[in-house]
Amino acid sequence: MRPPELFGLFAVPRRLTSVVLIILPFIAVIALYWIASDIRLADNPQDKLLPSFRQMGDAVWRMAFEPDVRTGTYLWWADTFASLRRLAIGLSLSAMTALFLGLNVGMFPGLRFLCLPFLTVVSIIPPLSILPILFITVGVDEVAKIVLIYIGTVFLMTRDMTLTTTAIPREQVTKALTLGASELGVVYRVIMPQVMPRLINALRLSLGAAWLFLIAAEAIVATEGLGYRIFLVRRYLSMDVILPYVAWITLLGFTIDWLLRMAVRRFYPWYARQGS
Amino acid sequence: MTMETSGYILRIDDVRQQYGQKVVLNDVHLSLKAGEFLSVVGPSGCGKSTLLRLVTGEEWPTAGRVMLNGQIIQRPGPDVGVVYQHYSLFPHLTALENIMAGERLRRWPQPIQGMLDLVSGEARRSRAEVQDEAMRFLDRARMSGHGDKYPHQLSGGQRQRVAIIQALMQHPKVLCMDEPFSALDPGTREDMQMFLLELYELLRMTVLFVTHDLEEAVYLGTRLVALSQFYTGEDGVQSGATLGAQIVTDRHLREIGVALAPGVKASAETGRLIQEIRREAFDPSYCQHVDTFTLHHKDSWHPEEDDET
Ligand SMILES: Nc1ncnc2c1ncn2[C@@H]1O[C@H](COP(=O)(O)OP(=O)(O)OP(=O)(O)O)[C@@H](O)[C@H]1O
Ligand SMILES: [Mg+2]
Repeated sequence: MRPPELFGLFAVPRRLTSVVLIILPFIAVIALYWIASDIRLADNPQDKLLPSFRQMGDAVWRMAFEPDVRTGTYLWWADTFASLRRLAIGLSLSAMTALFLGLNVGMFPGLRFLCLPFLTVVSIIPPLSILPILFITVGVDEVAKIVLIYIGTVFLMTRDMTLTTTAIPREQVTKALTLGASELGVVYRVIMPQVMPRLINALRLSLGAAWLFLIAAEAIVATEGLGYRIFLVRRYLSMDVILPYVAWITLLGFTIDWLLRMAVRRFYPWYARQGS
Repeated sequence: MTMETSGYILRIDDVRQQYGQKVVLNDVHLSLKAGEFLSVVGPSGCGKSTLLRLVTGEEWPTAGRVMLNGQIIQRPGPDVGVVYQHYSLFPHLTALENIMAGERLRRWPQPIQGMLDLVSGEARRSRAEVQDEAMRFLDRARMSGHGDKYPHQLSGGQRQRVAIIQALMQHPKVLCMDEPFSALDPGTREDMQMFLLELYELLRMTVLFVTHDLEEAVYLGTRLVALSQFYTGEDGVQSGATLGAQIVTDRHLREIGVALAPGVKASAETGRLIQEIRREAFDPSYCQHVDTFTLHHKDSWHPEEDDET
């Protein structure tokens, strides 16, 4: 008697089966696209909606490895760098805020009453709705985009950090004090190291929102950036550029997420499985 | 303060603790001599952990005083060590780092602590000395090979051994333990009891040991108190659970510093003692629910038949 291979609650797929299962949807989507694109192009070689992989390859080559005639830069890399820079600055600022605010609000009851209800209310404001306010007050340059990413991610992360901090057993605090720690020592030497891996995980979860706000801001005003490029070439229906850009953004997002996951494993080996 | 002269290291005076309307401890008096090993037992929910939290300084009594060497306890501090059933160890530190945690935490933030030391003129032990002591302790706990494991990689017994050492590294005046061995299997448990007694003999520390296991309490303690919410007050009224718990039994078991072989747990005298304590603190006549059980098998216990005989 073997457990079922595929179906039911007790299925235990063999190694080969599981690999096939993982790859299958990717292959299916690519194949489907290939067929659809072939059919359309056979119909009308000028069709722009579903460019062939060859056309997309050409476009990528042009964007990534040939300098732009107008600006002399390699657009693909310039866009990537600009976007990643905004993302990095915005997210690190909000991660730092979340850590310090969440930690202190979670630990000190006085601060909790002062900040938590306020944060809860403010976090409900839809960030995109205050984008015009940002443009008016801080201008339309880099700062506005970074602030948007910051506002879009900081509240969720702060709340997550607050909850994580308050969930740490009270025993740990007493224990640290009986070992001679000061109150600040408890917060920054005992509790902070314990919430760090959770902060990285909160960051991973916030990446999606950060990309959303980045691309939204770039679509409205920018001179470079991945989101800016997509919305710019949309006017010429350049699907051969848009599709590779979307794939590239996906790949970047996946890579960042993977790197963060590896960082947790590497630097916080105790985090994955802790009992008491 | 003049309390110093009384010879007691820990005094719990007239202590009452209530949360909102709920009275948990009612008029508790307890004094502890240096070197005493006090076992605290009592029915579940009677306030044993509450008493312990008052001694560590986590909570302040609603009324009365808790004093260590004549000083009212204000905050958890290095004078009182604690070991809990769970969460005693810092999950992000290895066993050795956990044991040395006191050393690291005490020195932080470094410049400020350095200045405080200068002002107070208190000499700190050097890091090497502390490390030395940590290694000796680790050896004694038969944990020398496990120093760089994280708590989640240790067994329950190993974890508690590390937690005990971690607390003792601070040389606390009183060591509080809240059901430290309750999650362990019987074999490991006996092992831990021996380990604790070994350290007790060696260091002559004062221990406040909460447990719900009467056998363990009788075996380990030099003195035993039972805290219970079921007692008959001076006016002859049975308290039920409304008045809050009091100390209903206080027994001297053996001389300070004496530890017995685990064999005595099986002795008739221990058995008798346990029965007496059970009657005094856990008297079933107060536990109303006992005769509401319904058991059906013909050989099972049927409370109504008991009544007839
Ligand atoms: N912070 C609190 N607020 C309200 N009630 C509390 C609080 N802490 C404890 N209690 C109540 O006080 C009583 C005693 O609790 P405590 O934890 O001290 O009992 P215990 O003797 O340690 O019980 P156990 O044997 O189950 O560990 C319980 O009824 C509990 O519900
Ligand atoms: Mg308890």
